[in-house]
Amino acid sequence: MDFNDTPQEAAFRQEVQSWLAANVPSEAELADLDYIGRAKLWQKRKYDAGWACIRWPKEHGGRNASAIEQVIFNQEESKFDTPDGIFAIGQGMCAPTMMTWATEEQNKRFMPPLASGEEVWCQLFSEPAGGSDLAALRTKAVKDGDDWIVNGQKIWTSGAHYSDYGVLVLRTDPDVPKHQGLSYFFLDMKSPGIEIKPIRQISGGANFNEVYFTDVRIPDAQRLGGVGQGWQVALTTLMNERASIGGGGGGVNFNSVYELAQSVNLGDRPAIEDPSVRRKLADWYVQETGLKFTGYRSMTALSKGEIPGPENSIGKLVGAPKQQDMASFALDLLEQAGVIWDDALSERAGLFQATYMASPGLRIAGGTDEIMANIIAERVLGMPQDIRVDKGIPFSEVPTASS
Amino acid sequence: MNFEFSDEQNMLREQAQTFLNAECPPQAVRAVLDGDAPYDEGLWQKVVEMGWTATVIPEAYDGLGLSYLELSVIAEELGRSMAPIPFSSSVYFATEALLLAGSETQKHEWLPKLARGEVIGCLADAESGGQLTAAGLTSRYADGRLTGRKIPVADGDVAGLAVVVAGSDQGPVMVLVDLNQSGCQRQAIKTLDPSRSHAEVIFEGAEATLLGEAGDGWNLLQQLYNRAAVLFAWEQVGGAETALSMAKDYALNRFAFGRPIATYQAIKHKLAQAYVKNTLARGNCYYGAWALDTSADELPLAAASARVSAIQAYYYASKENIQTHGGMGFTWEFDCQFPYRRSKLLAVNIGSEAIWQEKLIAAIEAERAA
Repeated sequence: MDFNDTPQEAAFRQEVQSWLAANVPSEAELADLDYIGRAKLWQKRKYDAGWACIRWPKEHGGRNASAIEQVIFNQEESKFDTPDGIFAIGQGMCAPTMMTWATEEQNKRFMPPLASGEEVWCQLFSEPAGGSDLAALRTKAVKDGDDWIVNGQKIWTSGAHYSDYGVLVLRTDPDVPKHQGLSYFFLDMKSPGIEIKPIRQISGGANFNEVYFTDVRIPDAQRLGGVGQGWQVALTTLMNERASIGGGGGGVNFNSVYELAQSVNLGDRPAIEDPSVRRKLADWYVQETGLKFTGYRSMTALSKGEIPGPENSIGKLVGAPKQQDMASFALDLLEQAGVIWDDALSERAGLFQATYMASPGLRIAGGTDEIMANIIAERVLGMPQDIRVDKGIPFSEVPTASS
Repeated sequence: MNFEFSDEQNMLREQAQTFLNAECPPQAVRAVLDGDAPYDEGLWQKVVEMGWTATVIPEAYDGLGLSYLELSVIAEELGRSMAPIPFSSSVYFATEALLLAGSETQKHEWLPKLARGEVIGCLADAESGGQLTAAGLTSRYADGRLTGRKIPVADGDVAGLAVVVAGSDQGPVMVLVDLNQSGCQRQAIKTLDPSRSHAEVIFEGAEATLLGEAGDGWNLLQQLYNRAAVLFAWEQVGGAETALSMAKDYALNRFAFGRPIATYQAIKHKLAQAYVKNTLARGNCYYGAWALDTSADELPLAAASARVSAIQAYYYASKENIQTHGGMGFTWEFDCQFPYRRSKLLAVNIGSEAIWQEKLIAAIEAERAA
C-alpha cells in the first residue's frame, strides 16, 4: 500500500498543476463579473485549452481522459478557489444521459457548447407530487403532430433561470402503471409557455425554482429513448446524480469545529480541553477519515482501470447529517453568540450558522437520507424493495392525498 | 494511489476464509463457549501449521518475515469467524512486545517458540477495575523479581510466557515472565465472553527479565497498544461483518405480517447503518494497516481512528443483529450472542472507546503542535 501516483499519474498531475498555476483567473479578471459570468469565463478557458470535461470523448469537447485522471484533475483544481457550481448538473447528469440516448447529430450539436460553458443545462425531474417517489410525476405531454404539448409543474429545478436547455421526464400515458407511462425529453428552456419562479429557502438563498409549463411544445425528435421508456432513461441521469452530489466537501468539518473549540471556553477552560467535546470531535474525525480512506480505495480501483465497489454509496448518508450535527454543536459552543448570523459579527463570517441552515437541504437533495439508506439496503446488501401498493395499477387510479 | 491489498494478500484471504469456514464454524465457537476447554486446541494447532503465528516474525527467528498487511488479512478473517484461540495474546501481544523491545537473546529464546506455537504468549497489564494508569500500578518489579496480581489476563491460564507491566523504583517496567515457575499462580476466571479464556495471575517473587529499559515500561505499553489496536480493529471489522450478514440472512427468511421482515424500512435502515459504520471502520483500518506496515509517525492517530470506529461498528452491528432476530436472538441456542460478547471483549481489552477518543485528539494536538 502507498499513496503515491504511478509515474504516468504523476506526470499527468504535474501537467495539470502547471496549467492551473498559469491559468486560474486572477481576482482582477473576475472583479466585474457576477457568479455566472465568472463560472463561464473559467469554463471557457478550460475548454479552449482542452481541460474541460476531460473524461468525455474528444469529438464532444473532452480529451478521452481516464477516470483516475479526472480524479487527479479535480483534486488539483480544488486546491484553487475557482468559480464553479453552474455546470455540475448539465455536465455531470444531463451529458451522460445525452451521450447514452441522443443521436450522434444531437450530441455533435449540444455537447461542445455544454463542455465550454456557453450553454447551461438543468434537470427537471421533481414535482410537487413526485419527490422520493419520482415516478409519481404528473406533468403531462400529449402528442400533436411532430410535437408534444406539455402542461404541468416541475419543482426544485436548480439553475432553471440561467439555463439554456433542460432534460425532463413527462407522463405520456396516465392509463398504464406509473413507471410505464413516462417518456424522457430535452428542451429549449426559452420555449414559449415556460414560467420560472425562484423558491426562497430557509437558508435565505434561492438556488431552486418552480417551473410551470403551459402548452409548451417539444419536438418529438427531442425525445430520448422510446415512448414509455422514460424511467429507464431517467435512471441513467440518477445514477450520475448520486455520483455528483456529495455531502462532505465544503462547509463545516472537523478542522473548523476543532479550531472553534480551541478558541471558546466551556466552563473555566478552553472547550477543547473538555472530555465531552474531545469525544465528539473524535467521532466526527473518524467519520471524515473513514470516508476519505474509503475514497482512496475507490481511487485505487480507478487507477487500476477497475470499477469501484459499492462502498462509496455511503458518502452522502454520512456527510450530510454530519454537517448538520457539527454545525449544531458549533453553535452550542458559541453559546449565546451562536444565534448571531452576521458576516461581520459571526465567527468565520457565519459559516456555522449558514451550514446549520443549509444542511437540512443536503439531507434531502439528490435522495433523502431515507432513500439513500434504502439504496444501500437494496443495491448493496441485496434486501428486497418495499412492497408497493401502486404496483401494476394504472397511474390514473393510484390513490393520492386529494382523492 | 495504491490503497488496496495486493493480489497475493487477497489470495491469502481466500485461503484463510476457506480454511476457517471448514475448521471454525459457529459450532466450534459454541464448543468453547459451552465447554470446559479454554480454547480450541485442534484449530490452534492447524493455525500454527498454516504459519499464521509466524507471520511477521523475521526469518532469523524462524518466522515467515511477511508484513503487517498479511497479518491484517489474517486478523480480519479470525475476527470474522470469532475464532476461539489465543492468537491475539500470542501474536499481537507477546510476539509484538518482543519485536518492539526484546534483546537479541530474548528474541532468539522466545520468537521461534512463539512462531512454532510451542509456547503461547499473553499480556498481563490490567490489575483491577477502572482505567489502567502508570501511577496506579500496584505490581512491583525489583532485582529480577515480580510481585503482584493481574486480572483479567486473556489466555493467562494457558500461556507459557507473559509480558507484564509493573511499577519499579525506576518507574514502570515491561518484563518477560516464564509462567511455568513456582512463583506464578493462575486461575481461570469467568468472563462475558467464555469463548476466549481469561485468568487471574498472581506473581509471588517470580523471576522476570526486563524488556527494554527500566522506566520505559509505560511508553512501551502504549506502543504495543497502538500496534495491537490496528490488528484488533481488523478483527472487529471482520466480526461486525459477520453480525451484519447474520442479521440480513435472518431478515430475508423471517416473515411477519405476511412478508419478509427484510422488506420493512425499519430493518433495512438499521442494516444500512451497520453497513455504513462497517465501511467507515474498514477505511480507517486500511490506514491503520498502512501506518503499522510502514512504521509511520502517524501510527498513534491511525491506530486510534481504526479502534474508535471499529469499536462503534462492532457494537452497533452486534446489538442490532440480536434486535433483528427478535426473541430468538436472545436465546442461548442462537449464535447472535457470539458477536455481541466478542464485541464488548474487544471494546475494553486495550482501553475503551473513551480512552481512545482521548488518545485520538491528543495525537492530533501533538501533530499540530509539531
